[in-house]
Amino acid sequence: MTNAAETRDLTRIFTRKRRHRLFKQKQVRENEEEDTGPVTALDRVNLTIKEGELFGLLGPNGAGKTTLIKVLCTLLLPTSGSAYVGGYDVSKDVFAIRKKISMVSGGETSGYGLLTTRENIWMFSQFYGMPSKLSKARIDDLMHTFGLWEKRNTKVRTLSTGERQKMNMIRGFVTDPEILFLDEPTLGLDVNASRMIRQYVLDWVRKGNHKTVLLTTHYMAEADMMCDRVAIIDQGRILALDTPANLKKMIRKESTVQLEVDSLKSTISLGNIKGVRNFTSKDDVERGTTSLSIIVDDEGAIADIMSSISAQGSRIRSMRKTEPTLEDVFISMVGKGFE
Amino acid sequence: MLGRAYPRVVGGNREPSWIFFETILPLLSIAAYVFIYKAFLTDPSRAATVNALVGYVVIGGTMTAFWLNVLWSMASQLYWEKEVGNLQLYMMAPMSRMALLGGMAVGGMFMTSTRAIVTLVVGVYVFGIVLSVANPLLILAVFFVTLIALYGMGMMFASLYLLYGREAWNLSALMEEPIFLLSGFYFPVGALGRMVALGASIIPATLGLDALRQLMFSIGGAGAQFYIFSPEVELGILLISAVVFLFLAKGSLAYLENLAKKEGRLTTRHQ
Repeated sequence: MTNAAETRDLTRIFTRKRRHRLFKQKQVRENEEEDTGPVTALDRVNLTIKEGELFGLLGPNGAGKTTLIKVLCTLLLPTSGSAYVGGYDVSKDVFAIRKKISMVSGGETSGYGLLTTRENIWMFSQFYGMPSKLSKARIDDLMHTFGLWEKRNTKVRTLSTGERQKMNMIRGFVTDPEILFLDEPTLGLDVNASRMIRQYVLDWVRKGNHKTVLLTTHYMAEADMMCDRVAIIDQGRILALDTPANLKKMIRKESTVQLEVDSLKSTISLGNIKGVRNFTSKDDVERGTTSLSIIVDDEGAIADIMSSISAQGSRIRSMRKTEPTLEDVFISMVGKGFE
Repeated sequence: MLGRAYPRVVGGNREPSWIFFETILPLLSIAAYVFIYKAFLTDPSRAATVNALVGYVVIGGTMTAFWLNVLWSMASQLYWEKEVGNLQLYMMAPMSRMALLGGMAVGGMFMTSTRAIVTLVVGVYVFGIVLSVANPLLILAVFFVTLIALYGMGMMFASLYLLYGREAWNLSALMEEPIFLLSGFYFPVGALGRMVALGASIIPATLGLDALRQLMFSIGGAGAQFYIFSPEVELGILLISAVVFLFLAKGSLAYLENLAKKEGRLTTRHQ
C-alpha cells in the first residue's frame, strides 16, 4: 500500500512582508513594519498518511493545520523540507496532484450567489474536466444523499449556513477525488448537519476504493469518533501521532478531575501541587463559577487540590473523575486547552 | 473555460434590473452629448456632419459598456474572487490558468454584448442615425479583435490588481474617466492632437473606435481629418496588441501564482 501523503521535515515560515501598497497612510505603514517578524507555521513536520486512511489533525487555532493542508493542496510552497501527495512532489508535480485532490473548508462562501446550488457545483466540476452529463448525474445523486435535492434550483445566496456547507461538501465529492482535505468541515453547523456530514465522510472512506481523508478539526469528539489516526499539532510541531485509543492510553495512568467551584481569584497554586500534571480553567462570570479540568499523575493530589481551593474561600460545587479524552491528551502535552 | 463563462452568461442575465441600469442609463449620457452636437450644428447643410458625430457618440457609448466591464468585472475579478473564497479553489483545480481568465473574458464579452447591442440599436433608432456601411466583414473583424485586445488587457490587469489588493478599486476609478477622454468615447480622438491620439492607441478601445467610426460613416466623410490610421492598419495594430496583452496576461498570472505560493497571502481571503 502506498502513502496518500507524506511530509519530510516540512517547514513553512511566513515572512509577513507588506508590499504592493500604493495608497497607505504613513502611520499604518509604520505599524505594519513593526509587525513583520517571521512566523513559523510548520516546524519540521514528519507525517505519513496511508491510502484509505481517515487521518485527523488536531490542534488549536493557529497551530498550523490549515497551512499543512495548503502545502499538500499545492497552494503553498514549503520553505524547506518536502511534501508528497499520491507520490508526487508538491513543489514540482502540481498538476498531477491537483487531479487527485479536493478540499472543503468550514465556513466556505465560495460560488456565485446568482447561480443555483446545482449550477454552482456543476461549474466547479468543469474545472476538473468532468463530462457534463456525468457531473450532473453525480450532483443529483449527492444532492439526494445530502438532503439538498429540494434546494437544487435555489440561488446560493438564499441558502442557510448548513445548506451552504452541504453544497460545499458535494462540490468536494463530485469530482470523486482520491484524497479529500477537509479543513474544519463542521465548523458552525448544527448537530444534525454535522452528524450527517461526519457519517457520509466515514462511509466514503470505508466503502471507497483507497479513498483518503485528511481532516483538520478542533472538535475533539469529531476526531475521536472519525479518525483512524490522529496527529496532535501545536505551534507548527507534531506533538503526538497515533490512533485515538493509543493516544488516550498514553495518559491512562493519569486521571482527569472535573471540578466546578465558586470563582477562583487565582489558579496558579494548582499548578504547584505535587501530582498535578496540567490543568485548564474557565470562568463563568454570570454564574460566578470556575470550571477546572485537572490531569493528575497521582490521585492523592486531589486532596491537596481541594485544600488549595478551600484556602481561597471557594466552595466546591461539583466534582467528577472522567475517562481520558483526546482533549486530555492535548492538555497533558501542551498545558492548555483549545478554547 | 465554459465553466467560468457560465456565471456571466447565465447569472448575469438572471436579474432583469440590468435592462434599466445597463441599457437605459447609458443612453442618458449618450443623449447629453448628442444634444450638444445638435445644438451647436443647427445649419441644415451640416446634417451629414451631425449624423456622423451623433453616430460617433452612440458607437462610443456602446463601447463604453465593454470598457466598464473590462475595468470593473475583468481587471478586478481575481481580487473579488479572492475575497469570496473562490480563488484558492480555482488555483488548486487542474486547469489552465488562461482558461480561467479566458472563461471570465468570454462570459464578460457575451454578457456585455447583449447590453451593448441594445444600446446600439436603441441609440441608432432614437437618434435617427444613418449608417453607411461599406465593408461589414471588416467591421466585424475590427470589433472582435478590439474586444480580444481589450479583454486581453483586462486579463493582464486582473493579476496586477490582485497584487494591489483593495487598492484595485482605486486603480479602476483612476482609469475610468481618463480613458473615456483619451480613447475618444464621445468624440473623434484625433481632436486631441495626433501625438495624444497615438499615445492613447495603447488602449485598444482608441483604435477600435476610430476604425469602427471610419467603417460605419464612410472614410473621407465628416471628421475624416481626425482619423488616426486607416482601418486596415488599425486592425493590424489591434491584432498585435491582442497577442501582446494575452502573452503578458499569461506571464503575469504565472508570476502571481508563484508569488502566492511563496508568500501565502495573495490567494487567501482578507489578506
